Amino acid sequence: MLLADEVATYHPVLSGNPYQPHMARIVRIYKMVDNNHLFTLRFMEDHLAHSFRHQPGQFIMLSVPGAGEMPISISSSPSRPEVLELCVRRVGRVTSALYRLKTNDVVGVRGPYGNGYPMQEIMGNDVLLAAGGLGMAPLRSLLWYALDHRDKFNNITLMYGAKRPEDMLFREELLALVDRTDINCLLTVDADPSGAWKNHVGRLPALFDHAKIDPLRTYAAVCGPPVVYKFILQRLLDLGFPKNRILMSLERRMKCGVGKCGHCSIGYKYTCLQGPIFTYWDAINLPEMI
Amino acid sequence: MKILKLPKEKLDLFASVVQQFGELHAPVEQDGKYVFKRLTRWSDARLEYDRTILPPKKYFLPPRETLFRYRPGEGFVPHTEGLDQRIILFGVHACDVYAINILDRVFAGKYQDPYYQARRKNIAIIGIDCSPDKQCFCRSMRADFVDHGFDLFFYDTGNYYQALVGTALGDDMVLATGNLFEPVDASDIEAYKQRSVDKRRAFQLDVEIRDLPEIFEMEYQSEMWEELGAKCLSCGSCSMVCPTCYCYDVNDDVELGSRAGKRTRSWDSCLFVSHALVGSGENFRGTREARIKFRFYHKQRGFVAEYGRPSCVGCGRCISACPVHIDVVDVIDRLRRVQDVASR
Repeated sequence: MLLADEVATYHPVLSGNPYQPHMARIVRIYKMVDNNHLFTLRFMEDHLAHSFRHQPGQFIMLSVPGAGEMPISISSSPSRPEVLELCVRRVGRVTSALYRLKTNDVVGVRGPYGNGYPMQEIMGNDVLLAAGGLGMAPLRSLLWYALDHRDKFNNITLMYGAKRPEDMLFREELLALVDRTDINCLLTVDADPSGAWKNHVGRLPALFDHAKIDPLRTYAAVCGPPVVYKFILQRLLDLGFPKNRILMSLERRMKCGVGKCGHCSIGYKYTCLQGPIFTYWDAINLPEMI
Repeated sequence: MKILKLPKEKLDLFASVVQQFGELHAPVEQDGKYVFKRLTRWSDARLEYDRTILPPKKYFLPPRETLFRYRPGEGFVPHTEGLDQRIILFGVHACDVYAINILDRVFAGKYQDPYYQARRKNIAIIGIDCSPDKQCFCRSMRADFVDHGFDLFFYDTGNYYQALVGTALGDDMVLATGNLFEPVDASDIEAYKQRSVDKRRAFQLDVEIRDLPEIFEMEYQSEMWEELGAKCLSCGSCSMVCPTCYCYDVNDDVELGSRAGKRTRSWDSCLFVSHALVGSGENFRGTREARIKFRFYHKQRGFVAEYGRPSCVGCGRCISACPVHIDVVDVIDRLRRVQDVASR
């Protein structure tokens, strides 16, 4: 079978002016979690909708007309093209403006930007996805990419933790993975006041007790708040993971996405060009990385 | 390179002829300092100036510029007004040309900045020789001579300006003057070489930039950064006057009573508290110490990794601009002294 993302070769949709946003329509707003809505976008121009290709882990610059522009990681997999899904938390000025928009309103999109996950290296290996909270947003692209190209990867393990069941992003679709045999989908919540949660209760690192991980054959993609990095990274190192097999997705202030405006500079690298996916080895060797 | 000479008394004439190639801008005096400005008359030009308050980067990356206009139904329409304006910058020093060459690399690459590139194409540069003062250290930064990036470059050799012709446009400027320029002979080249030797001897500041990556690597935890952080006001003056600081901020403004608006970019500084602040409230460089250290590291160390040399050109502007007298030469010297006393 020829998968959709293998038909056209990867190319950024933009030529000429790299700052030019292309208008896209909000086709769906799914209120996954309070203040963490999933926005589905489709380019107004059909040829852009057809030709836009990205790598899991890449991001776009999203313009909310009148409010500004911000980097948002792409939550949809390139194996499911035509639309872009963005999981956006309402935290600042531009995200608040986005939350005031309705279905069929128009936003601007340019990209995709950043390195994305090194898919060529990861293929043929085991994959461990470890996310906490909003960290699922960029990992979801990688998750579905791997599941849609299932024969290109060995064991796939997902560990995802949220505070409570109602805080879990993509909850329904992830719960549907729990019974699948081609992925070890481990979901946990810190607490379940409702008592209706049928999966794990406890901290994210405890999920390692339910997974068989071979550190030398696995790429670990980790994303989450600092506390997740702290505990998961330590656990991975204890297991014996080489530092270049641990992949992290970083966020920084960005105004251009193309290595000019200077804001996302970490040490000597631009998060927007050399990142946002860095290995743990990069992270400990660049000042102020984490 | 094509080398010619222009009798000094013919400079006025050259200036009047060259205006057919664009609007003439040059350093003029303003409150005892110098600024690059449009000339209303040639006699206002001050070609023997020390340094302008702002470097010529303001012509290529304006302090504030509109990138797009936004209208509902039309989306973002690129704002191109002024990009095709032909300007001649007369009297640019070598360090400033070198800085523009560095900016050229930043705004090129996989994602070319079309606004910068358009201006760079339409703004001609006529360089002029200078004598170092007590804040100049361009020679230390290897930026006291440029072999490209200008259309013409004038060197004062006594009775003549010796002119290096850098581009076809520069050559056209020469040709447009008819016979004003004369060929050079061996004695002119000798005069040029003598002027170079004299200039090199005139530098009062010297900073050794060899080993900078190594030294900065070792001094990342130096207590000096804490001291500098306590002193720095985070005012950003050093970034504004720096010919190679290119960080910019982008903002959308909506017109009152309308849904239309514009997207502008404006100069920013890594010393400002908001530079690395993200929406969640996390600030990756929340302290002044972290920010001033970052500025030094990016300029003197990070650029070496990215482009093979520091981005500092030794123009000395940040030394004059800093209200609390943080001096880049002094900072590098102190770091170096910690590392090796013997080499100095």
